[in-house]
Amino acid sequence: MPKITYIDHEGTARTVEGELGSTVMETAIKNDVPGIEAECGGACACATCHVHVDTAWRETVGEPSPMEEDMLDFGYDVQPDSRLSCQIKVTAELDGLVVRTPERQA
Amino acid sequence: MSEPIKTDVLIIGAGPCGLFAVFELGLLDMKAHVIDILDKIGGQCAELYPEKPIYDIPGLPYVTGQGLCDALLAQIKPFGGTFHLQEMVQTIEKIGDPLFRVKTDRGQVFEVKVVVIAAGGGSFQPKRPPIPGIEAYEGASVYYAVREMEALRDKRVVIAGGGDSALDWTLNLAPIASHLTLIHRRSEFRAAPDSVNKMMKLVGEGKIDMVLGQISALAGEGERIAKAIVKRNDGSNFEIACDALLPFFGLTMKLGPVADWGMEMKDGEYIVVDTAAFESSVPGIFAIGDINWYPGKLKLILSGFHEGALMAQKAYHYVYPGKRLVFQYTTSSTSLQKKLGVA
Repeated sequence: MPKITYIDHEGTARTVEGELGSTVMETAIKNDVPGIEAECGGACACATCHVHVDTAWRETVGEPSPMEEDMLDFGYDVQPDSRLSCQIKVTAELDGLVVRTPERQA
Repeated sequence: MSEPIKTDVLIIGAGPCGLFAVFELGLLDMKAHVIDILDKIGGQCAELYPEKPIYDIPGLPYVTGQGLCDALLAQIKPFGGTFHLQEMVQTIEKIGDPLFRVKTDRGQVFEVKVVVIAAGGGSFQPKRPPIPGIEAYEGASVYYAVREMEALRDKRVVIAGGGDSALDWTLNLAPIASHLTLIHRRSEFRAAPDSVNKMMKLVGEGKIDMVLGQISALAGEGERIAKAIVKRNDGSNFEIACDALLPFFGLTMKLGPVADWGMEMKDGEYIVVDTAAFESSVPGIFAIGDINWYPGKLKLILSGFHEGALMAQKAYHYVYPGKRLVFQYTTSSTSLQKKLGVA
């Protein structure tokens, strides 16, 4: 299963295995990775699963959809590398993915 | 202050569980008023995911959030339920056995025998942007809603956000403010295209300013804001002098004053209830749906429906003390069918 590393704002890294077809948000919640709230449960209806995608992974992960961009307006410290982790599907090519969680969710 | 509204039951929260509670209470001849902070009925289903499919409502293989709310409204129609929207309960005071005096943020008073809290994740409130120290200015020069436009006449106003609220207020306040700046993170807007076009026209005519960036800090004296420091998307900073800031970053759920109503809480977030009647530690105050906790609790809409049905059985004895309650089915009971208007 693909490995995903979450680095929190203090620099602590946690690497967990993600299930194919689930999302980067669900993988974090399932493994008790802190820093992701997912208030709406993955409906792309809030911005509390916001992550920064590591530079090396941005192209593979891809750009947010227009709807996700709209929700990102509600995020904290939104940058060009920002994504909502509930909208990133875990695929085999994301094995090794690194994301950073922001200091706080909105 | 207006006259107290006297009724049997006050339901706090107009989400699916609150709506279905109107039905279960109605079957047992109890009248309910429903209060909700949103401007529409349906709670999270209507606010967060109106278009999203729900697959685990028994008997409905597929329904959207809005579809479920519409169906519930049709189902409770025989019992009405009086709705009070854009209103939030602030205090609940026990004045009888049981009788509660409930006050809202609009000064409305209810006197009810039973309170049912079906408030889900709490109340939806405007999201506070993550700007250090913004709290100090709130209410005096930072506003999350405009109650009186005249208060902003001839003021230098900064509006932040890119949705309908931000754009609507930009258009409404442009003729009133002495200077208006709209700040948004990117050049695309969520708001209605017509509003965006009107706003761009005002920008083109030099009547307002539009800036791409995010507010990173505020400066001022006491509760009076003096300027906003804006970080442009290229990382550079600049300042905008202003008298008022209106951030419109959507809504978030906050527990609100629920924790102050004297009930036993779990982790400071959930109302502890028994599983026979879903009553809180305060007799006469019930809690159903996502806001309650008991061993084995699942935050599912279907669980909230079940909780509402059991709640109504016990609530009956508070509303009709000493009266016997005969259990009946809607399929066969003529009296229930009369209430539903089908017999």
